[in-house]
Amino acid sequence: MPHALEAENLQLWRAERHVLRGVGFALDAGECLQLRGANGAGKTTLLRAVCGLLYPDAGRILWEGGDVRADLAAYHARLIYIGHEPPLKPDLSALENLRFWIGVRQAVPRPALEAALERVGADRWSRRAVRTLSAGQRRRVALAALALLAVPLWLLDEPTTNLDADGQQLVGTLIDEQLARGGLVLAAGHHALRVAAARVRSLELPLG
Amino acid sequence: MGSAPSAAAPSVTPQPDAARESGTARGAPALTAAGLVLLRDLTLAFRRRGELLQPLAFFAIVTTLFPLAVSPELSRLREIAPGVLWVAALLAALLALEFLFRDDAHDGTLEQYSLSGQSLAWLLLAKTAAHWLLTGLPLALIAPFAAESLGVSTGLAGVVASVAVGTVCLSLIGSISAALTLGIRRSGVLLSLLTLPLSLPVLIFGARATELAIRGLPYTAPLELLAALAVLGVTLAPLAAAAAVRISLE
Repeated sequence: MPHALEAENLQLWRAERHVLRGVGFALDAGECLQLRGANGAGKTTLLRAVCGLLYPDAGRILWEGGDVRADLAAYHARLIYIGHEPPLKPDLSALENLRFWIGVRQAVPRPALEAALERVGADRWSRRAVRTLSAGQRRRVALAALALLAVPLWLLDEPTTNLDADGQQLVGTLIDEQLARGGLVLAAGHHALRVAAARVRSLELPLG
Repeated sequence: MGSAPSAAAPSVTPQPDAARESGTARGAPALTAAGLVLLRDLTLAFRRRGELLQPLAFFAIVTTLFPLAVSPELSRLREIAPGVLWVAALLAALLALEFLFRDDAHDGTLEQYSLSGQSLAWLLLAKTAAHWLLTGLPLALIAPFAAESLGVSTGLAGVVASVAVGTVCLSLIGSISAALTLGIRRSGVLLSLLTLPLSLPVLIFGARATELAIRGLPYTAPLELLAALAVLGVTLAPLAAAAAVRISLE
């Protein structure tokens, strides 16, 4: 049986720099892989290559045994990628941002939206313009997107940045739930994730 | 990097949670998605009305300056009115293009669109439609007033129609160049250089339709050519824009 997600010998050049030098990993349902490495080691590059935003110069990414490039849209429908800046509009409220962001992908009834925002502790300020929110609060809105969107693959870049202890715990809990459902998580970052340890493996990227 | 071989690994796609299942299985229909993109852009624009008014103010100022600079003589103004209206409309539309994708590229929205599982071209078409509703349509609606200031009082329906259809073409052509220049800082000049040559047919047919309408002659022929260009744009421009956006995300 093929692995759920597999990266084979990824090579990627950015301008003159050889960023990914033969990176590979395999993940099965219910597993989390934490990407570690010094700043500039290519953690974000690897995440973006895995989600299909960057085309690797060599190597393949396989989803359930099939090359993801055969049907990128179907693959994209199964993943969510959250970069280090959550994709939020400063002029819209947290609630509106979430509605437009997730609504493009799946139907989101209003109660589900409010429940997700409450889950991440955003209910008190969900109607304020994102412009007025702190970095940690914005990060929490992104967590609400994770709680709301039902996709098997999560690609998270520094998911705990700017979060307080409670928020970091929340990230761990959300990841645990995702893994329990049989989902997969690929997270870049240095902070230890507060996840049931057995399911987390880590991949160290050497500085190129 | 090795992997832990898992015995009887469950398939990843089915989700045990019944409530979540419906979402994964189907996803949002394309029409709903496009509707939300459109609604979102309109909401955002109304939160920032200043940017919205810029092209309109430009259009109004340029067209009212001509009587002062050329001559207050109505017969002469009427002569140059179609050209003035169209050059002003074209430049106003260009002015608005810079905002089309810029913010969404910066804050990662375009990235999310391209990863949404929806067709990126389709979502960009929705964005372009919002852009036309916010710039092209208002330009078409104030064009008769600008025409009045140039001494034109007949054929105003034709003026509105030609500007409305022409700006559809301009928004679509502009969506390609706006997408192509996404990766470039201070892309304003390049954006104009890319867009202007492609918009010359629109300018020619648009000005011709306007001129015929003002003279009270049948103007359907150039208007239909404009409409044909718009249809061609609707079919092809989003595909080109999507390809350009994907490149800029790399």
